[in-house]
Amino acid sequence: MNKSVKTNQKSIILKNLTKTYKGASGEEEVIAVDNISLKVEPGELLTLLGPSGCGKSTTLRMIAGLEIPDSGEIYLEDKLINNLPANKRDTAMVFQSYGLFPHMTIAENIAYGWRYRKMGKKEVNKKVKDIINLIGLEGLENRAPGNLSGGQQQRVALARALVIEPSVLLFDEPLSNLDAKLRVQMRTEIRRIQRQLSITTVYVTHDQTEAMSLSDRIVVMNKGEIEQIGLPFDIYNYPKSKFVADFIGSINFIKGKVEKVSSSLVTIEIYGKKFTINYQERKLEPENKVLVITRPESIKIKQEENADFFGLVSRATYLGPTVEYEVDINKGVKISIIDYSPKQNNIYREGEKVGITLLPEHLYILPREAD
Amino acid sequence: MSKIKKNLLNKVNEIRRLINEPLLLLIIILISFSLILFILFPLFKVIQLSLTSEGHLSLDIYNYIFHHQWLTKTFFNSILLGVIVASLATLIGFIFAFALNRTDISFKPFFRVFAMLPIISPPFMLTLSVILLLGRNGIITRHLLGLKNFNIYGLKGLVLVQVMGMFPIAYLVLDGILKSINPELEDSAMNLGASWGSVFSTVTLPLSVPGIASAWLLIFVTSLADFANPMVLSGKFDVLSVQAYLQFTGMFNMPLGSALAILLLIPSLIAFLFQKYWVGKKSYITVTGKPYSSRIFTVKRSVKYFIMSFCGLISGMVLLFYIIVIMGSFFKLWGLDYSLTLDHFKYSWDIGLKTIKDTVTLSAIATPFTGILAMIIAFLVVRKNFIGKKSMEFVSMLSFAVPGTVVGIGYILAFNKPPFLLTGTGLILVLCFIFRNMPVGIESGVAALSQIDPAIEEAATNLGADSTHIFRDITLPLIQPAFFAGLSYSFVRCMTAVSAIIFLVSARWNHLTILILSETEIMRLGPACVLCTVLIIVVLVAISLIRKITEKRPITTFG
Repeated sequence: MNKSVKTNQKSIILKNLTKTYKGASGEEEVIAVDNISLKVEPGELLTLLGPSGCGKSTTLRMIAGLEIPDSGEIYLEDKLINNLPANKRDTAMVFQSYGLFPHMTIAENIAYGWRYRKMGKKEVNKKVKDIINLIGLEGLENRAPGNLSGGQQQRVALARALVIEPSVLLFDEPLSNLDAKLRVQMRTEIRRIQRQLSITTVYVTHDQTEAMSLSDRIVVMNKGEIEQIGLPFDIYNYPKSKFVADFIGSINFIKGKVEKVSSSLVTIEIYGKKFTINYQERKLEPENKVLVITRPESIKIKQEENADFFGLVSRATYLGPTVEYEVDINKGVKISIIDYSPKQNNIYREGEKVGITLLPEHLYILPREAD
Repeated sequence: MSKIKKNLLNKVNEIRRLINEPLLLLIIILISFSLILFILFPLFKVIQLSLTSEGHLSLDIYNYIFHHQWLTKTFFNSILLGVIVASLATLIGFIFAFALNRTDISFKPFFRVFAMLPIISPPFMLTLSVILLLGRNGIITRHLLGLKNFNIYGLKGLVLVQVMGMFPIAYLVLDGILKSINPELEDSAMNLGASWGSVFSTVTLPLSVPGIASAWLLIFVTSLADFANPMVLSGKFDVLSVQAYLQFTGMFNMPLGSALAILLLIPSLIAFLFQKYWVGKKSYITVTGKPYSSRIFTVKRSVKYFIMSFCGLISGMVLLFYIIVIMGSFFKLWGLDYSLTLDHFKYSWDIGLKTIKDTVTLSAIATPFTGILAMIIAFLVVRKNFIGKKSMEFVSMLSFAVPGTVVGIGYILAFNKPPFLLTGTGLILVLCFIFRNMPVGIESGVAALSQIDPAIEEAATNLGADSTHIFRDITLPLIQPAFFAGLSYSFVRCMTAVSAIIFLVSARWNHLTILILSETEIMRLGPACVLCTVLIIVVLVAISLIRKITEKRPITTFG
C-alpha cells in the first residue's frame, strides 16, 4: 500500500544548542533553550515533553529551521544543517494550528510541497492519492479546509507533511486542538503511520499521557534544559529529579533518612518505619536526607491491622473505576492513594481511620535539598 | 556570551537569512531605495531650501516670517481652523458612531451612507456647493433670505465645509472603536445598577477616549493639509497651505514657500507622531478581528429623537450638497438665470475630455502599483526580520503625515534636474500618487496579516517555498480583501488629489481636480459642477468594479 513512501531513516543530532529571545519588555533576555544536546535515533519517535515555556517547541523549530540557534549545531545524519534555510530542509512539520492553506483545496494543500521539488505531474498525483488513502481522506480532495472537522484538518496536515517523503517528521503539539476522544484516536493513528513508515520523528507535547503512549523515548524538558531522557517506563518509574517525578502523573514525596547502605540495597527510615529499597543510581551515605517517592496506585489502603502507617482519611473521591484518597499519616503529612478495585465493603469515608502499606518494590529515592 | 557578541551574532544570522534569499534581499534594497528617493529626499530638499539664504545655511527666512505679522497670523489661522474643525467634526463623528452602534434609531442604513459619502467626493465639492448655496449669489442667502452682503468666505465657510467633509474620518475611527468595545462591559455596569447615562459616562465614553483622541488628531492633520477648500473659500483668512503655494508658484519666492510648508509640516508631524506612538499605545482595545455584536442602550425617547434629528440634519446637508452640485450642472447661470441648459456639458466636454482621460489613466496606472507595494511592505514589516525594518515602516507611514503642499514643493525641488528630471511628466504624478497613498494600504495590509496565523506561512516554508513564493502563493491570496480595499482607497485618493499635484501638473498632464479648481476660481460654476459630477461618477464606478472583483472569490478563513 505504501510502496511509494520509501523508508528513509536518518538520525538527528543536537549539540549544545542555545537560543535566547528578547523579552517583551525590550532588553531583558529570555533563555528559551539552554545548551541542550541529544540524539534522535534513525526511525525512532522521540517526544519532547514539558510544561509550556520549557523550550520544547523552540527546539523543534530550530530543527525545522524556523528559528536560528544562537549557538550549537544541528546535524541530520552526518550533515551539519545549521545554515540550511528552512525551505531547503528535509524536515516536514505538522503544526499545532495545522497551518492549512485556507484558499486551496485539500488536494492542493497536500500537493503543495511538490511544487518546490522536481517531480512529474503524474507522479505527484499518484503520491497525493496514495497518501490520501493511507491517511483516510478519500472523498475530501476537493473540499476547502474550512469545511472540515478538526480531526480531518489534522489528517490533512499530516498527509501534507508525509507526502513529501521527508527524512524527519516534526510534530508541534498536533493534538491540542482536538477533543479528548479524537485525541486518543489520532494518537493511535499517528503511531500506526509512524511505525509503518518508520520515519525519524520528533514530537512535542505537554501531555504526559500522549508522550507515554506514543514514544520510543521521552525527553523531559524544564526551563530550557533537559531533565531526563529515557524510555517511558523508566521516566515514570525511575524519575531522576523531583520535577520529572512531579510532572509525570501524580506522586507522593515522603521525607526519609538513609539508615544503612549495602551493595545494591538501601534502608530508609520513614517516620519511624524502616524500608529496604533496591537502589544504586546514586551513592548514598547513612544519615543522608532523601525523598522517597511512590505512586498513589502503588500504595495499599486497608482497615487497621498490620499496616505501615495509620491515619484519618482527609479526602475521599469516588470516580467510578477508582477511588482517590488522601490520608493524613503524621500531623499534616498527607499521602495520596488510588484504589483501582474499589468494592462495596472497602470504600472508606472521610474521617475514617485506615492503615496504609507502602510496597518497597514501588519505592524510589531522590536526593532531598535542604528543607 | 556577552550581550554585544550576541547582538552581533543575531545581526549575522539576519544577514545570512537574507543572503539565502537573494530575491528578497533585492526587493528590500529596491524598496528602501525608493522610499529614500521619493519620500525622504524631497522632504530634505524642502528643508534645505528653507534653511538657505544667499547660498549658505541660515535661519533668515524663518526670522523674516516671525517678524511679519501677516505671516505669523497665517500660521495661527491654520492652527485655529484645525482645532475648531477637529473638535466639531469629532463630535459629529462620535454622535453618528454612537447612534449607529448603541441606539435603536430608525433609518440606520441611510445615515451610514451619508456618514461615509463625503469621503469619496472631491475635497472641494463641498466648497462648490457652499458657494452655490450661501455665496454672493447663493440660493439660500440671496434668494431665500434676500441677504445682499452675506459673506461666506473666511473662517466660518471653511469651518462649515471642512467639518462636513471630515466628520466621516471621525465616524470611521469611532465606529471601529465602538464595535470593538466588549458589550459585556456595558452589561456588567448595567447589571451593577448603572443607568444608561451612567454606563455611557463611566464605561463607554472613557473606553472611547483613545479613539476620540485619534480621530481628533487625524482631522487636525487633514484640516491643516487641506488646500483646495481654503484656496477658494478662505477670503481674507490666510492659511499656510495656500500661502505656501502662492509664495512658491505665484510670487516665485521659493524659499519663503518652502519655509511656510515646513511650518505646516511641523504641527502635522507632531500630531501624527502623538497619534501613532502615544494615543495608539493608550488604547484599551485589543484587536481580535472579531467585532462584537453591538449593544443597544434603551435611551430616553427624547434623547433618541434628538440624536435622530441631529443625524438627519447632517445627512440632509450632505445630501443637499450633492444635489446642488448636480443641479448646478443644468442651470444656465447660477443666481441670475435658472433656465435649464446642457451648455455646461458641451463646454466641459471640450475643455475637460483630455484631462478626464489623463486623470483616469494616471490613477489607473498608479493604483495597482500602490496596492502591490503596500502589501509587500506590510508583508516585510509583519513577517520578516531585517536590519532597518523599523525605519522602513516609519518612513513609509510618514508620507501620510506630510501635507500635500510639502510633498508637491519637495517633488518640484527634487526632480527638476538630471538625473531625476521628472517635472512635467506623467510619471511624476504617478510616483506622487503611489508614495502618498501607500500608508493606508500598508495599514490595512498589516491589520489583515496580523489576523493570519503565522503557522500557515511557516507551513509553506517547511514544505519548501521561499519568501517570494510564500508572498505569491499564500500571503497575497489571503490578504486579498485588504488588498482590494487598498486599491479602492488609493484610486479614490488619486482621483481626488489636489494639494500635492497642483505643483506637478503641466500643460501635457493636467488633473481633473485642478481643472475644477480653476473653473471655480474664475466663477464658471456650471462647468465646475459638471466636472465634479463626472469625477464622482468615475469614482463610484471604479469602487463598485473593484468591489465586484473582490466578491468573486470569498475566502473562508478559519482558526
